[in-house]
Amino acid sequence: MTTELPTTSEIQIDKPSLNWLPPGLGLQKVDERIMTLNVGPQHPGSGHMRLIVQIDGDYIIACDPDPGYVHRGEEKMAEYRNYILNIPHLERPVIHDSCNVLYPYVLGVEELLGIEVPERAKYVRVIASELNRCIYIMYWLAIYGIFLGHSTMFMWPAGDRELLIDLMEKMTGARVTHAHFVPGGVRNDLPPNFEEVCLRQVNYFEKRIKEYAAVFYDNPILISRTQDTGVLSRQDAIRLGTTGSVLRASGVDYDLRKKEPYDVYDELDIHTNVMKEGDAYARSKIPWLDMMESCNIIRQALQKMPKSGSVRVKLKPNPKGKVFDSVYKRVESGRGSLGYYIVSDAKPEPYRLKMSVPSFRNLIALPYLLKGEKLGNMPSVYWSLNYWPVEADR
Amino acid sequence: MLKDLVTPENANVFVGKLGDILEKAIGKPLGYAINWGRIWSLWPVHIETACCSVEFGAASSPRYDVERFGIIEAFGSLRQCDLIVVQGTITRKMAPRLRLVYDQMPEPKYVIAMGACAITGGLYFDSYNVLPGIDGVIPVDVYVPGCPPRPETLIQGCILLQEKIKRMKARTFV
Amino acid sequence: MSSDSETSVDAESEETPVVKKPEEKQVELPAFEKGISDKIIEKFGDKVYVTFVKEDRVGIGTSRENVHDVAEFIRDALNYDHVESVSGVDYPQDKEIEVVYHIGSYSDPSLARQILALSTRAQREENPIPGNDATKLPTLRDVFYSVEFHEREVFEMFGVYFEGHPDNRRLLLPEDWADLPPLRKDFTIKGR
Repeated sequence: MTTELPTTSEIQIDKPSLNWLPPGLGLQKVDERIMTLNVGPQHPGSGHMRLIVQIDGDYIIACDPDPGYVHRGEEKMAEYRNYILNIPHLERPVIHDSCNVLYPYVLGVEELLGIEVPERAKYVRVIASELNRCIYIMYWLAIYGIFLGHSTMFMWPAGDRELLIDLMEKMTGARVTHAHFVPGGVRNDLPPNFEEVCLRQVNYFEKRIKEYAAVFYDNPILISRTQDTGVLSRQDAIRLGTTGSVLRASGVDYDLRKKEPYDVYDELDIHTNVMKEGDAYARSKIPWLDMMESCNIIRQALQKMPKSGSVRVKLKPNPKGKVFDSVYKRVESGRGSLGYYIVSDAKPEPYRLKMSVPSFRNLIALPYLLKGEKLGNMPSVYWSLNYWPVEADR
Repeated sequence: MLKDLVTPENANVFVGKLGDILEKAIGKPLGYAINWGRIWSLWPVHIETACCSVEFGAASSPRYDVERFGIIEAFGSLRQCDLIVVQGTITRKMAPRLRLVYDQMPEPKYVIAMGACAITGGLYFDSYNVLPGIDGVIPVDVYVPGCPPRPETLIQGCILLQEKIKRMKARTFV
Repeated sequence: MSSDSETSVDAESEETPVVKKPEEKQVELPAFEKGISDKIIEKFGDKVYVTFVKEDRVGIGTSRENVHDVAEFIRDALNYDHVESVSGVDYPQDKEIEVVYHIGSYSDPSLARQILALSTRAQREENPIPGNDATKLPTLRDVFYSVEFHEREVFEMFGVYFEGHPDNRRLLLPEDWADLPPLRKDFTIKGR
């Protein structure tokens, strides 16, 4: 901790020093040149949140994020429902990543109850979780493309993700809200012939996403808009507590699938993608590389998965008896490490359930990234944070 | 004779009558033409309120392609839009903003309530921060149930709205 | 239907749960995690207490006067560098609100699996006036920069005022929220 970081409300850079005032507006002081803009909640570049941005000319001098437009009180609702009834509403914050957002909850309940999950269920979970990660990142990529005015990059990922949605629909019965993970395993076994279809689709999917490099990642217009924009240094990324692709784009090698393997990730060979630049281009490229890694993991898991066996154990009363217990479990989701802090007082309902969500953790970096940027770069920096407002607000 | 009947006091009444006569004579064919124009150029506002926006995005993807039915992708200014698709939960913080967006839109304007949360509160019926449906905030034309609705369901809702517009009187907005 | 019935959890909740489980001596504690908690105990003595030592997880509790010093020690001597989450837990029967900081480390590879849960307790008021009552804690913003938004969230959800926090504004709730802080246990949802 060498240098002090200013707080998000104190960030004020380059106070207008020129004495020039635009004519005809009746401005008296230089400070009156500063304009405050409300970007969102109805704005093509904001999503479900508001950014209160102060600009001097075209340059952003301060930014105050105002989330909470989708705050639905999930944590309070969880105290009124038992552990099984909590499953459907806890996956709603990120419906296109719904397996990963349920994963730590299910792991936490299993640890509280002391259940061991069958081997096949663990592999099914890994496959479902990796497919869901790809579905999430494809949607994110589509929106990132349309934010930058790149319509092809909306159409291609939005069309290609339907391939994997078909797979998940075959597996779970729903397009996006699967509710497939339950404490004790998964809800259903894989349908017949799933392995062959999955392998074929994933192979085609990987071939397809490699083509995105030509149209998007090697595109000089994209590079000129995102390179050296919103640079987050390694030290700041660590001490601001960012996670996921934001952290790995700043040169920190940290992936929970490798560092703290849950279920069967320790038996799979996983490569962590790290880039050193820390700019918006690196942050947009890391998820794309992650998708190829996910394809690798799915192929390995399909190979190593036991061909038959149970996928769900029956829940039993807690062997530890009626105790006051707490657990903090986390997994690597499509956006970064996602943790649940569950406090149980031996009732059917949780005493307290806290979701530590990656979007909310990455949000604090936004004011630091936007200072000194041009207003036109705001969408590319904002969406490169891999931010999903519904998840951040819970 | 006509000159004696029309005085400055009752001139407005006569002009109004004239409008009624004109409307009776040519209103019906003209209204059909106006409605026909509205049906195939519905512009949705870009306001995302909750997680149903994922399926709204999927509806304009190549597989579902809602644009072929005349619902154009949600980009552009609010002042040129005539459709709000309320994509899910409306929280107490978002409700005043939704009303503000609705009030700023020019007439005619239509509302589709998408998802169970926008209809009744859905899964979040007992949450402290969620409205039990958006009927109390803005008038709704078409309800699209589901949690979230599949893109096909949304497209069906849009077609229902087009049917509704076809049967509407065009004059109230002219 | 049948699939749901077989997963019903144990619904008997008549007996009062044991609040603090006594430390069982025969259980072998994980060595590395035990070392971390021993270092903190060695430095602060009886100012801190160990709430649990599990695999990859260490729980340390302390009073509100010492939490700043303990956090600085955790950062400087033990190489933890960021806070993952700040959660409040309301205990009306103890008249206290617990605030738990889950602290992790990116820069030290040996601590990559570890989470240290630093908990402290603030006095709880029956009729809270957020910001103007005795429910106060010192902020950790000058120790860990990442707690800034998390502490704002705890302030509006539990009414715990963080002294010295630069920006104790509302974050998630609507601007006109005038009810109790919603995650307290005495804020009940109508009809449930």
